[in-house]
Amino acid sequence: MRHILACVTLAAAALSAFAAPSAMAQSGPLRITITEGVIEPIPYAVPSFVAESAAAQGYADQLSRVVADDLTGTGLFREIAREAHISNITSFQSPVQFADWKAINAQALITGAVDVNASGQLIVKFRVYDVFAGTELGDGMQFAGTADGVRRMAHKVADQVYSRITGESGYFDSRVVFVSETGPKDQRSKRLAIMDYDGANLQYLTGSRSIVLAPRFSPSGDRVLYTSYETGEPRVHVLNVGDVQSRILPTQAGMMSFAPRFAPDGRNVVYSVTQGANTDIFRMDIASGATSQLTNAPSIETGPSLSPDGSRMVFESDRSGTQQLYVMAANGGEPQRISFGAGRYGTPVWSPRGDLIAFTKQNAGRFHIGVMRVDGSEERLLTASFLDEGPTWAPNGRVLMFMRETQGAQGASALYSVDISGRNLKPVRTPEGASDPSWGPLQ
Amino acid sequence: MNHISKALVLMTALGVSACTNPNRFPGDSSGAGYDASAGGQNGTSGIVPGSANDPRSAAYFQQTVGDRVLFAVDQSSLSAQGQATLDGQAQWLMTNSDYLAVIEGHADEQGTREYNLALGARRANAVMEYLIARGIPASRLKFVTYGKERPIEICSEEACYAKNRRAVTIISAGGLTS
Repeated sequence: MRHILACVTLAAAALSAFAAPSAMAQSGPLRITITEGVIEPIPYAVPSFVAESAAAQGYADQLSRVVADDLTGTGLFREIAREAHISNITSFQSPVQFADWKAINAQALITGAVDVNASGQLIVKFRVYDVFAGTELGDGMQFAGTADGVRRMAHKVADQVYSRITGESGYFDSRVVFVSETGPKDQRSKRLAIMDYDGANLQYLTGSRSIVLAPRFSPSGDRVLYTSYETGEPRVHVLNVGDVQSRILPTQAGMMSFAPRFAPDGRNVVYSVTQGANTDIFRMDIASGATSQLTNAPSIETGPSLSPDGSRMVFESDRSGTQQLYVMAANGGEPQRISFGAGRYGTPVWSPRGDLIAFTKQNAGRFHIGVMRVDGSEERLLTASFLDEGPTWAPNGRVLMFMRETQGAQGASALYSVDISGRNLKPVRTPEGASDPSWGPLQ
Repeated sequence: MNHISKALVLMTALGVSACTNPNRFPGDSSGAGYDASAGGQNGTSGIVPGSANDPRSAAYFQQTVGDRVLFAVDQSSLSAQGQATLDGQAQWLMTNSDYLAVIEGHADEQGTREYNLALGARRANAVMEYLIARGIPASRLKFVTYGKERPIEICSEEACYAKNRRAVTIISAGGLTS
């Protein structure tokens, strides 16, 4: 709860550029273009931020550590250890000794400072330098926020650095909603949880009395859709993140409903309903409760995901005999099958950039997370394991998070992330087992 | 070792001890219906109501009639063996018309979560449709899917998967009288 209040405060706080001593280096040599090729990570240095008052002392080092964790965590940057630094940054305003940073081959340098103002707010400032060009990369900036939001301010700094060097928007100041799991496979208890993208600031949103599955963030991150067995059967629920209040969506009583996702407008929901042996996809206007049926086939239709412009929907269907991916107009119509490789395809998720669809593929006893173009071409498998499932996109469409479950009686679930070229596969820190991640927007 | 055979061993052991030592569970109301002097030899006088020997009990339904049918990978059609089990369930439900039934459909872990919910629903629905075709009123039946959320066997091998791909008929006494 304290965390949420802090976020509101920070979101409302001004994000302002302040007078920068040098012009922006628009087309400086320090630039990573994210491609599918192997990238040599860019070496960078981020000395401890300067504490500009005694009260700020406790935050200075934490800020620079979180920035470094964010940047190094992408696999695109490599931090040069502080022991190797020649210069010390003791004043945010003093000129940078570029020769000292060149000597240790730091291509980028990030300096920062933190102060606490009269009303107790943290003021965080930073600058990014292109060391070899001897210029500043973009303008210096500052953020204000409460002490509870110190990690968020560091994430905002890292997002700016990432963005200036790659030309892409960042994804560090974002949250993930997921299912926290405890207990063995045959007695597993599940509850919804929310955390920062890096696992910090975890908060539980439900108890473990009922099974909860597959949460999905709203486009603005203010609400979460999920499936709960609270009534004894799977039904779609919607939860307000701010006050952690949830309610059941008025889907048809006595019918099982699941696999809910928000439309990009945040007002409509698409989800599956089971009637007899048949499962089809429906849409509901949340405010009015008005529903319309989008698919009408005797097969299983589920896993809907709308394109970012809201015009098209990808979903999975076993109308051909096995689970495959189909794209159709968002209001229904004739679907086009887009998956044709060996095996079964499920859990399609449209990229926030609109260019790719991520999916789970099951083939020859293995599971994969993969991506393909929206017409089904250029399929690429990014992972392979006993059970990988349920990708979700980082807000910039460059990284996927998913669930991996290990094999056997002791099998447990965990979250992993991987970038869309298949590099930088790594676990996401959670205190317990974890599944069904949904990555929220940049805050 | 599966749960059914464990339960059978347990129930058998309890049944034997109840016959030879009627005072073992003093005050247990389930023991009130039998007479130790009868020695459990004739008719139903040695049957503990509610035990697996009581043909009207849930335990009898589970163990003797058979409360579950199993399915092939990604399939929801009923095998001949499954149909035979369901014939027995239908007969039992006809005889014991005060019982309601919920059919739970399940899938093994080799599938994605939401697809498996739909698959479990298909399996449970196949059982429900079969029981209705055998004369059980639809008003006494409902079904629910658990997908891959409630496995009973936890190894990651076909021996376990085969038992997890199931539809289980859970009976409860008493909602309706007919």
